[in-house]
Amino acid sequence: MAAKNDTALEIGGESFTSRLMVGTGKYKTNQEMVDAIAASGAQIVTVAVRRVDLDRSKDEAILHHLDPKKLFLLANTAGCYTTEDAIRYARLGREAGFNDFIKLEVIGDQDTLLPDTVGLIEATKTLAAEGFKVMAYTNDDLLTALKLEDAGCAAVMPLASPIGSGLGLLNPYNIRTIKSRLSLPVIVDAGVGTASDACITMEQGVDGILMNTAIAEADDPVAMGRAMGLAVEAGRCAYLAGRMPRREIAIPSSPTRGMLG
Amino acid sequence: MTDLITIQINGDDRAVSAHMTLLELVKSLDLDERGVVVELNREIIRKPRLSETRIKGGDRVELVHFVGGG
Repeated sequence: MAAKNDTALEIGGESFTSRLMVGTGKYKTNQEMVDAIAASGAQIVTVAVRRVDLDRSKDEAILHHLDPKKLFLLANTAGCYTTEDAIRYARLGREAGFNDFIKLEVIGDQDTLLPDTVGLIEATKTLAAEGFKVMAYTNDDLLTALKLEDAGCAAVMPLASPIGSGLGLLNPYNIRTIKSRLSLPVIVDAGVGTASDACITMEQGVDGILMNTAIAEADDPVAMGRAMGLAVEAGRCAYLAGRMPRREIAIPSSPTRGMLG
Repeated sequence: MTDLITIQINGDDRAVSAHMTLLELVKSLDLDERGVVVELNREIIRKPRLSETRIKGGDRVELVHFVGGG
């Protein structure tokens, strides 16, 4: 349920019901994944493109567990370290999937999984020209975000902190700056660890959050899925409500007049 | 006896019957063609073309699908 004065999330001409997007990796079982997604209320779910394991293909195929009529499947290019690979995976993902959307990752460094922003911009130009709706995973860097917008992205996805780190939103200022300067949707992708991180991130005014590990690696992923759904909604409502100013002095909440003499 | 040729499937060399179509190859691996995307020598072969595209020795075939990911 969105706040009263909220509008639907629109990306690339599609309208979405939830501002939370979730990944489908790292779950112990497929059933746990399905239940956690349902508890989160997420509509957009990401999937990866990989070789079929010819010895035991039936276990891995995720489409047996996700209903594309109910969920919007967003293919990613995770694991790609070059522009060429990312473009190849994006094309395969479009062929395997149900839409023109791609979560574009061009990874630049194995230890941090930080994006290769130069390769990312190049890949975005190529894919946008091929009709892809590119959602680009990027640094929390304003200049890169602006260049991605120029390159033809459908949404820009700056990180909160490195993928799978659970460190939360490390630079709220950068995220707010990106949001204030872009006309495209800004979806924070990666780094959220728990519900408060999601809430604080949404309070910056961004359009949505994508997360995977925070839910999948929780002790109880279904309960964490629900927590994240509530946190994203709470953060969005709080942003729209407009917070009180911070003050370094106390101001009483109860009347100072009418005290007993 | 069927002639055999060697092709690469998902990075591994495999001996398969010569003159097979890609659709026959996919089915011979016990896969449902609706759930896989076929790339032949780096070119995506769309579903309608699987039954009209024949493999030849040295071809590199990639069979991919969606798995869990973030």
